[in-house]
Amino acid sequence: MQILMFAMINIIMTVSLNLINGFTGQFSIGHAGFMCIGAYTSAYFTTILFKAAHMSYFPQLLLFLFSLILGGAIAALAGYCIGLPTLKLKGDYLAIVTLAFGEIVRSIIRASDEIAVLLKNIGLVRFAETISKISGPRGLSAIPALSKFWLVYLITIVSVLIMRNFIYSTHGRACLSIRENELASETMGVNTTKYKIIAFSLSAFFAGVGGGLFAHVLRFIHPDNFSFIKSIDYLIYLYAGGMGSISGSILAATSLTILPEFLRVINFQQWRMVVYPLILIVLMLRRPDGLLGNREISFLVPKREEVE
Amino acid sequence: MLILDIKDLCCYFGGLKAVEKFNAQINKNELVGLIGPNGAGKTTVFNVLTGIYPPNYGEIFFQGENIAGLLSYMITQKGIARTFQNIRLFSGLTVLDNILIAYHFRTKYSIWDSFVRNEGYHLEERKNRKQAMELLRLFDLHSYRDYLAGGLPYGEQRKLEIARALATQPNLLLLDEPAAGMNPYETVKLMELVKKIKEDFQLTIFLIEHHMQFVMGICERIMVMDFGIKIAEGTPEEIKKNPKVIEAYLGEERKNAQGK
Repeated sequence: MQILMFAMINIIMTVSLNLINGFTGQFSIGHAGFMCIGAYTSAYFTTILFKAAHMSYFPQLLLFLFSLILGGAIAALAGYCIGLPTLKLKGDYLAIVTLAFGEIVRSIIRASDEIAVLLKNIGLVRFAETISKISGPRGLSAIPALSKFWLVYLITIVSVLIMRNFIYSTHGRACLSIRENELASETMGVNTTKYKIIAFSLSAFFAGVGGGLFAHVLRFIHPDNFSFIKSIDYLIYLYAGGMGSISGSILAATSLTILPEFLRVINFQQWRMVVYPLILIVLMLRRPDGLLGNREISFLVPKREEVE
Repeated sequence: MLILDIKDLCCYFGGLKAVEKFNAQINKNELVGLIGPNGAGKTTVFNVLTGIYPPNYGEIFFQGENIAGLLSYMITQKGIARTFQNIRLFSGLTVLDNILIAYHFRTKYSIWDSFVRNEGYHLEERKNRKQAMELLRLFDLHSYRDYLAGGLPYGEQRKLEIARALATQPNLLLLDEPAAGMNPYETVKLMELVKKIKEDFQLTIFLIEHHMQFVMGICERIMVMDFGIKIAEGTPEEIKKNPKVIEAYLGEERKNAQGK
């Protein structure tokens, strides 16, 4: 059950990464940073600020939903702040900035004790106490298990649906045109900087929501959960599934999350690190565009009325 | 009536004076050609006009408004559209999507509307698709609707690029070598098409072309550039006889003759 929930969270993460890397054609490798922000925000909210574990069912649910959206919003805000100065960069340069961003987020949370001491020294005792409760290097534990299966399922469906609707609108097409040819897109009247930032923030929002869900499934979060390796995982899911394909992202995120568990069941887990790269190598050799390229499974493509 | 008034336009790349003190006036509903040897700065003039490069000096008045230094997308929204010398379609998207992107800045629904797909979204999308299909039909491209733009034959890609530029509903259309790489038959077809869209859409057209038959055949007025400077301007007949133009294209007549 937990595995399925992780699979669904990975779907949200991969599809949202697809918004930047696959559809808008930018190259971001700091996705775990946004996830980290979302996870810590919502966990802080439910665990420390409101102690949701002692609440009755309904307010607990509302509080959780609110914390998820808040986590997403703060991640989106971070995405906006990062995107504003950096989205003029292209390719590798943007990748380096996003990579650095992910690591900065992680380091700041790891250093929460030091920051608390610092704040205490300059006289902000109240802030210092709040900050020290994050207990960065030891990890934030005893998070209530609020991510119920049905809830994760529902949120995944809604998130993917919203992102799909975005892609198949004029705003999504603006993003696609940036991927295809930025200069032509600009001369077609598309404000490319604006749309890059929109795609970046939207992607960060859903990564934040995914992070919030993640924290409440695992019930214990540590900054090292959201390291560079995590970002790379999502990139692998994305490339395996196919850039620019929502169905591909879903397929790859699900199968590659479940695969290690499947190997464990057939008692093959010591070969996990062999099987996994092998699959990727074969995939890259046989299908360099990923499983589905940029095609979509038809039920994910909204119907459009025929015009004659 | 003046639609475009370029005053003392300069564009330098380091020490290279790509465009130097370029002056031009274009009237409404005129079809003006810009010719010149390779590297004369013709495309740079277009790039400055559409905001791809900011000018170093000079003013560009479009419908009475100074647009020099504005960003590309703003200039497009003010009503200047262009095509490119090397085709720049959205080659991974369908023909229809290529046109729909040009409608983007006129589409009114918000991002929120697109999340929830409300009535406003459907209304605008339907309207855009209908307009796009009408435009494609005019260009005889409607049967390619769902093809990827990159997979079209070369001539059709050129046509699609013009159609896409028209979809932004411009007042001034800049065509950068529309006939490049076309065979004589296609070139004649293109000449007819350019004339037709000029009448149908009440357009002003400013075009760069190397194909002399094409330029002499349809342009009402021609400007000639060499080394970033405008060296001549006039009707096709005047240009053909202008000694400066002949010199720019063929070298100085007498000196060469003596050398032989």
